[in-house]
Amino acid sequence: MPRSVKKGPYIDEKLQKRIQLMNKSNQKKVIKTWARRSTITPEFVGHTIAIHNGNKFIPVFISENMVGHKLGEFSPTRTFRGHGGRSAERSSKIR
Amino acid sequence: MARISGVDLPRDKRVEIGLTYIYGIGLSSSQKILNQAQVDGGIRVKDLSTEDVTKIRNIVTKDFKVEGALRTDININIKRLMDIGCYRGLRHRRKLPSRGQRTHTNARTRRGRRGATVGGKKK
Repeated sequence: MPRSVKKGPYIDEKLQKRIQLMNKSNQKKVIKTWARRSTITPEFVGHTIAIHNGNKFIPVFISENMVGHKLGEFSPTRTFRGHGGRSAERSSKIR
Repeated sequence: MARISGVDLPRDKRVEIGLTYIYGIGLSSSQKILNQAQVDGGIRVKDLSTEDVTKIRNIVTKDFKVEGALRTDININIKRLMDIGCYRGLRHRRKLPSRGQRTHTNARTRRGRRGATVGGKKK
């Protein structure tokens, strides 16, 4: 079930503040963040955000299409190497 | 012959049901269309008058996205998800369910017949 419209989208406050600051001063720096649950707003477009996946930060360049999604969607938390068998071994080597 | 947006309607079915043979129209939109056209959904497709067919056709082309147009729309949406590299897109790429269903067993609609995919459970 989606979030109530009444509340508006959830945006991490600290992250939003930093983005606004960068927008004002026209800087482009990679921001590290743990706020995977934060929605991507149009302000974020054009920035690169390093999103924590529980292990390391995955740099993601935010494009227009990504608005409305959550940051966490772009930083996968699991590595799946396949189950047993020869074919699985091969696929893990490809990576 | 009742032909609406490239689909031949089955002649011996009730109009209500016959309309659902068009991709993108289910029972409830079918009923909405018939209501708007003021055609009784209980009669058979072959008994439809030409004016009724025209009325229905006009409503379908005006208010509904069906068949090819709908299919391309859906494919564009899926392609968008794959291009931005979000989780749902990744699931689509691997042809796995994208809404958090279990894949240990089941998920046969997406993964196809047993043993077809790597990791498919063989009997």
